[in-house]
Amino acid sequence: MPFLIGEAMTGGYGAADILHDCTIAVEKGEIAVIVGPNGAGKSTAMKAVFGMLKLRKGRVVLDGTDITDLSPQDRVAKGMAFVPQTQNIFTSMTVEENLEMGAFLRRDDIRTTMEQIYHLFPILRDKRRQAAGELSGGQRQQVAVGRALMTQPKLLMLDEPTAGVSPIVMDELFDRIIEVARTGISILMVEQNARQALEIADKGYVLVQGANRYTDTGEALLANPEVRKSFLGG
Amino acid sequence: MNSTMKNVSLFVGVTILFGIAGFLQSWNVALDMLVVGLISAVTALGVNMQWGYAGLFNVGVMGFSALGGLAMVLVATPLRPAAWAAGGWLIPIGLAIGAAAIALAIAIWNRMPKGRTRGVVVVAVLIAGFVLYRAVFDPAVSAVEAINPSSGGNIGGLGLAWVLQHLGLSQETALELSVWAAWPVGGAIAAGAAWLVAKTALGLRSDYLAIATLGIAEIIITVLKNEDWLDRGVKNVIGLPRPWPVPLEVNLQQSHAFLALCQSWGLNPVTFSSITVKLGYVAIFLVILALVLTLAELALKSPWGRMMRAIRDNEDASEAMGKDVKRRHLQVFVLGAAVIGVAGAMMTTYSGQFVPTTYQPLRWTFLIWVMVIVGGSGNNWGAVLGGLLIWFLWVEVEPLGDMLMHLITDPMPSAWPLKAHLLNSTQHMRLMTMGLILLLVLRFSPRGLIPEK
Amino acid sequence: MHDFLNGLVVLLNYVIIPATTYGSQLALGALGVTLVYGILRFSNFAHGDTMAFGTMVTILFTWLFQSWGISLGPLPTALLAMPIGIVVTALFLLGTDRLVYRFYRKQKAAPVILVIVSMGVMFIMNGLVRFIIGTGEQNFDDGTRVIINPFAFKDATGLDQGLALRTTQVITVVTAVVVVAALFWFLNRTRSGKSMRAFSDNEDLALLSGINPERVVTITWILVAILTTVAGVLYGLDKSFKPFTYFQLLLPIFASAVVGGLGNPLGAIGGGFLVAYSEVAVTYAFKLVLKYWLPAGLQPSGLVQLMGTDYKYAVSFAILIIVLLFKPTGLFKGKSV
Repeated sequence: MPFLIGEAMTGGYGAADILHDCTIAVEKGEIAVIVGPNGAGKSTAMKAVFGMLKLRKGRVVLDGTDITDLSPQDRVAKGMAFVPQTQNIFTSMTVEENLEMGAFLRRDDIRTTMEQIYHLFPILRDKRRQAAGELSGGQRQQVAVGRALMTQPKLLMLDEPTAGVSPIVMDELFDRIIEVARTGISILMVEQNARQALEIADKGYVLVQGANRYTDTGEALLANPEVRKSFLGG
Repeated sequence: MNSTMKNVSLFVGVTILFGIAGFLQSWNVALDMLVVGLISAVTALGVNMQWGYAGLFNVGVMGFSALGGLAMVLVATPLRPAAWAAGGWLIPIGLAIGAAAIALAIAIWNRMPKGRTRGVVVVAVLIAGFVLYRAVFDPAVSAVEAINPSSGGNIGGLGLAWVLQHLGLSQETALELSVWAAWPVGGAIAAGAAWLVAKTALGLRSDYLAIATLGIAEIIITVLKNEDWLDRGVKNVIGLPRPWPVPLEVNLQQSHAFLALCQSWGLNPVTFSSITVKLGYVAIFLVILALVLTLAELALKSPWGRMMRAIRDNEDASEAMGKDVKRRHLQVFVLGAAVIGVAGAMMTTYSGQFVPTTYQPLRWTFLIWVMVIVGGSGNNWGAVLGGLLIWFLWVEVEPLGDMLMHLITDPMPSAWPLKAHLLNSTQHMRLMTMGLILLLVLRFSPRGLIPEK
Repeated sequence: MHDFLNGLVVLLNYVIIPATTYGSQLALGALGVTLVYGILRFSNFAHGDTMAFGTMVTILFTWLFQSWGISLGPLPTALLAMPIGIVVTALFLLGTDRLVYRFYRKQKAAPVILVIVSMGVMFIMNGLVRFIIGTGEQNFDDGTRVIINPFAFKDATGLDQGLALRTTQVITVVTAVVVVAALFWFLNRTRSGKSMRAFSDNEDLALLSGINPERVVTITWILVAILTTVAGVLYGLDKSFKPFTYFQLLLPIFASAVVGGLGNPLGAIGGGFLVAYSEVAVTYAFKLVLKYWLPAGLQPSGLVQLMGTDYKYAVSFAILIIVLLFKPTGLFKGKSV
């Protein structure tokens, strides 16, 4: 049994299903990436795992516990952290306050975690007294990831973390994500930049129309000529 | 029971309520409530056009009602040639100078390139315009207000009655006929003000629009309280004419035919004269209400009304489909305000006097909102029902509350100050009751008694 | 020099001191409006009546204390009764939230529906206040009236104009400063305060971070009770208490909050003072000041008054409209929900 698995998930927002028997799983300390064309249900699959979508069929299991019926807030308490694609920081609050709010549920000393995050994203230490809304796009994403990490999650979920940032910043961000995974945190992310994302992925999921099309290691998917032709632009 | 049956029975129910009041209290009280209820229904129709059709949140109903009432002063009072001779004609010129300065400033703001020069020029134009306006306006106002201030002191009527008199009518009849013109004029004045408001504030988000209209209403009332040259301010304009052919009670009581009628039917002439007068108002106002209601229903069911509702339900989609949302909003806001203005003029006609200090937002704005919400936003019949029902309750809660309070305080010794206090405060229970009704309807029947179709 | 000082004293007496006092009162009121807007996301039409309610409770307890012979010496007894007023108002607001607002919050109702709901609450509170204390004017200031007596000031300085400073004016400004400082300390330094700001900034993310919305709402209503009661009591001490006047304060208070930028506490304070100074300055007749300050030949013959005092609401309104047209999020950048 993987650390987290969303198994045979079927469901959608309204009457029509968007996901059809879709399965997503991550092992401990590994990186799983969901890729696929626009409208394939990538973000929906992620939201289903996080409980922001009602499932008609299937279940979500985290670390051996069935969490299918828990609300997103309860899943946060269980060790899942989610970084939305947009509006993922408190723009009017300082960087440090953003991190503090990430740790809102914790009653213990949060300084060590904060140090770890400043170590991971050194620029945030310099800007910690600045309002997060004044930062550049890449720095905002760092704040967003940092905020999510403050809960000391076991699983970090990222919805298109590199949307709208420059290629250099994207590489930088992926490096940081690898670093996070090395500390034992599982990572599940949705990505538009499929090729670069699969390069760092332990496991890749190619979704088409809400269903699994290809599932393999990142390396294998990159090597698969079918996948390359249809989804990675040759 | 289908919805038509339900709606008919609601109206029958309200009729029965008025009937009960007629039998138990007096027909004078019941008819008085009915007249004001009919006027309230017209006001509610206006608010329903703005809110129910288009989702525009107007909390300045009071202001538009008062402007409508002003029409009675301007149309249905005698011309005062002395005031015009003393320099009254300078007042509109002064106002025109002020308006021209503002228009010029806006034009400059729009035409000139952005920068410091533009700001300086605009401010200079505004200051120069203000000084000039005060120089023309102030002495004219003093001159007009100095003429017979205890009973006049204002510019009086604008001359419709004067024209009618020159056509050979008596002054009395001329004024009584002018009242009929005062109602549409009241609508026109309110519509003009609404156009100005809409031009500046309609682009704002709903709660900003609410705050803006709340402010405009307060300002309109302040103007009416302070500009004595216009409407005698807090000195009030009394003795406004009745609409032709509604007679005065005294005239009826002196009429032989009327007295003979009373005698043959065994009626008290004093009571019956006042009932007759109120029946006259009921007849006229029923016709006006029916007219406004018909037009409102036709408008709602026309393509224009369907588009209005489409815009209300999804502004962005309608805009994307090429609908000129701003223009439609402006239209419906001005139309709704015109209806409110007509109702305001009718109210002033009925009370026979124009008293700016009576305009209180709870009664003139928020109570109307209770009518619209309780009746059913978006449904014209609902607005009418709400107007009649809520006005009935507004009036009747007081005696009922009084009875209730007497019942509660009955066991208390009469020496207790609490008893006297409770008995003296029953009139405020109507505010609490209205709040309670509004909250209960919003909670348990948010679409109102007669929901939108 | 002598003339300059005389003119300055007049200006202080009729413009600067009253406007500063009034500005403090408006700022406290606007802070309450802005907090409700930021957290509960609607414009609360019952705000003026909440002020009246808190003040009424304070007045009732002031009378009780006076009948017991308790007083604060030179300070008004109302300051002693104010905490009770705050507690009762807080309980009332929390009860209202539980019975009325919470239902719509759970439904995620549109802000405009909540505004209409707040109208219903306004009716009830308005009726309740009138029912309990009546519609008349109440004066409940029993402290020492003046700090600087104009006649003593004239004797001491030899100026023609006497400076007048009333105790209530000083109390207003001092209390407002203390309350505002405490509020900002709370919002910026405490966990609860920061969670409020986070909730106001980004509700969804606040929920993802485990912030409990009901707790945030509860704290907000308690803060609103403090702000409205303090603002109302200070206004009543400085001028007088009358339910209808408090209802009418809604307009300048809204203007202050909107001008500063709804949802922005700093903006509410800035807006409060901007509105207060404009209202006083535009409706004050500067003739006497200019008589002292201008050379003999240039002295004005008129009152030098831009508008009659009755038009003070028009001033707040004009500022409101100008700001909304040119800078819709307010001068201090509020939020646009």
